[in-house]
Amino acid sequence: MINRSSLFGALAAAVVAFTPALAAEGGDRPHRESWSFAGPFGTYDQAQLQRGFKVFREVCASCHSANFLYFRNLAQPGGPGFSEAQAKVVAGEYQVTDGPNDQGEMYQRPGRLSDHWPAPFPNEQAARVANGGAYPPDFSVLAKARSYYVGFPGFITDAFIQYQEHGVDYIHALLLGYVEPPAGVTVQPGLHYNTYFPGHQIAMPKPISDGQVEYTDGTPQTVDQYSRDVTAFMMWLAEPHLDTRKRMGFQVFIFLIVLSGLLYFTKKKVWKDVAH
Amino acid sequence: MEGHSTYQPKGKVARWFESRLPLVGLAHSSAVAYPTPKNLNYLWTFGAILTFMLVCQIVSGIVLAMHYTAYAPISFARVEHIMRDVNYGWLIRYIHANGASMFFIAVYIHIFRGLYYGSYKAPREVLWILGVVIYLLMMATAFMGYVLPWGQMSYWGATVITNLFSAIPVVGETIVQWLWGGYSVGDPTLNRFFSLHYLLPFMIAGVVGLHIWALHHVGQNNPEGVDVKSVAKDTVPFTPYATIKDMFAMVVFLMFFAWFIFYIPNYLGHSDNYIPANPLATPAHIVPEWYFLPFYAILRSVPDKLGGVLAMFGAIAVLAFLPWLDTSKVRSARYRPMFKQFFWIFLVVAVGLGYLGSKPAEGGYVIASRIFTVYYFVHFLIILPVLGLIERPRPMPASIADAVLARGAKGATASGAKA
Repeated sequence: MINRSSLFGALAAAVVAFTPALAAEGGDRPHRESWSFAGPFGTYDQAQLQRGFKVFREVCASCHSANFLYFRNLAQPGGPGFSEAQAKVVAGEYQVTDGPNDQGEMYQRPGRLSDHWPAPFPNEQAARVANGGAYPPDFSVLAKARSYYVGFPGFITDAFIQYQEHGVDYIHALLLGYVEPPAGVTVQPGLHYNTYFPGHQIAMPKPISDGQVEYTDGTPQTVDQYSRDVTAFMMWLAEPHLDTRKRMGFQVFIFLIVLSGLLYFTKKKVWKDVAH
Repeated sequence: MEGHSTYQPKGKVARWFESRLPLVGLAHSSAVAYPTPKNLNYLWTFGAILTFMLVCQIVSGIVLAMHYTAYAPISFARVEHIMRDVNYGWLIRYIHANGASMFFIAVYIHIFRGLYYGSYKAPREVLWILGVVIYLLMMATAFMGYVLPWGQMSYWGATVITNLFSAIPVVGETIVQWLWGGYSVGDPTLNRFFSLHYLLPFMIAGVVGLHIWALHHVGQNNPEGVDVKSVAKDTVPFTPYATIKDMFAMVVFLMFFAWFIFYIPNYLGHSDNYIPANPLATPAHIVPEWYFLPFYAILRSVPDKLGGVLAMFGAIAVLAFLPWLDTSKVRSARYRPMFKQFFWIFLVVAVGLGYLGSKPAEGGYVIASRIFTVYYFVHFLIILPVLGLIERPRPMPASIADAVLARGAKGATASGAKA
């Protein structure tokens, strides 16, 4: 008779023995920040999204596009909470190409709510030329397109604690990760050292410094705060219906819990007189 | 187990219709009167859960197809259009994307339940093989569905998997170009995958029909693995007994599903698939969806390309021969002490292969994958045939009713002793 537990032990030992410690793949592991939109009752912080939008508009948007962002989104529920009039004013501050008109010509006009956020460069090649060969990624879903390695058993516990903030934690850390390269590391020309970037050498120069964007509500004007705010904004940009999703999730759970309770007792009653 | 219908049409119209097409009688005999063993445990509720998941995927998929466009330059944006602008589009897409994973979780539980209780043995061989066919169709459907958002993993996953066919001698290259509709994965590939992704679920539904037909013809297996001796003593009618139990289990499963949809919708996906497909930039690690990982590990564990492909398809094909590879006449692992041990080892190996499939193919991971792959085949090709010959099964109950009575008596003495 074979002893099950000893077999399991042997198998587990085999797995461990053949699993080499993963070489630090790319960058350092970002710190897990506390976000208002994390967890089952998470919602976006309107003031934070407005500050993040300001940082995005004044700093990031000069290189990064956000093609899936429409001016109307700025006034939609669950977002930064601008009024429709405010969103119209923002749109009007940009010139967009429209047409052709009845003369067959393209023309410039002020933006409307139905326009998408104007890209800083007309095409990828123009963006690369202006950025030393690198192509600044589009911001629309970037917060969901970035992640970092968690590994076993962390990735399993993450499912229980509802950790979904890999992207924002990484981007927040990245913006703070510009440091002097360690001795002996040569940074290639045109690249910059960053502790969190995979491979540590990133084309984007340090994008923001303390005091660069003015906050009117007394929030500290530090890189850490800018980074937090703009990352929260990017999360909203990538997942604009998160508030609705989590609120609906709670309602669905209440419904399912009650229903399962009723079904459980009905089942008990039906099976009461049957030995099984 | 057919012919147990006690349905008697009452009204004149119902009698007229029933004598011309006995549709209501068929529904009644399959879903109401159908005798179901009274000792089934909750693992037997996954058939109903899987039926629900198939319907859920088809319904959510049809709605998504109304808003999606299969055209390589815009497909990524169309999916984001669904996520942002379509009313509750985010909900429908998260249901569909996570629903695929739930479908596979349920099917893996269903398959391992069949393995544990020997549900593939006579007279259920055809029923089991139809199940393997459904599983293959599910894999093809899920693979093509993952390509449709046209992200980086969609594109590179499609490239890796379609390239497998190039390992076939002589005609391999031609087959791959035929799959692609060109010389690389591109817009023609996306379009044919969309077409097939819409077709295959209905083929699954068809085979599910056969699967249920075969099930209702031979009757359900049960945890004791003994045949139904007396319908009156061993079984209960499907409705209300199985129906209410299935409904309760389904709602519990829905809670698990809802956790993913509403709270961790991107947990099972790969972040790279939110980067639009780019034929010029290969991702650092190309990983398939989690439900393919064990087979991906088997594929990569063989140093030869054709060998790897054969091993991977062989790992699925071997399931179809299981009814004849397992030589034991005893079905349930409850009465097979040695088989029970090997079942749990096999489960650990299968999950271990899944873990290894998610790791880069280097160093110790490759060695571990090779050991586990060899064990996977040894389990089916050596252990199961030999076990049936050398194992001494434990004494089995004469009938389901006897087993239930014995358990009831044991429970009564236990609670009596406690009192």
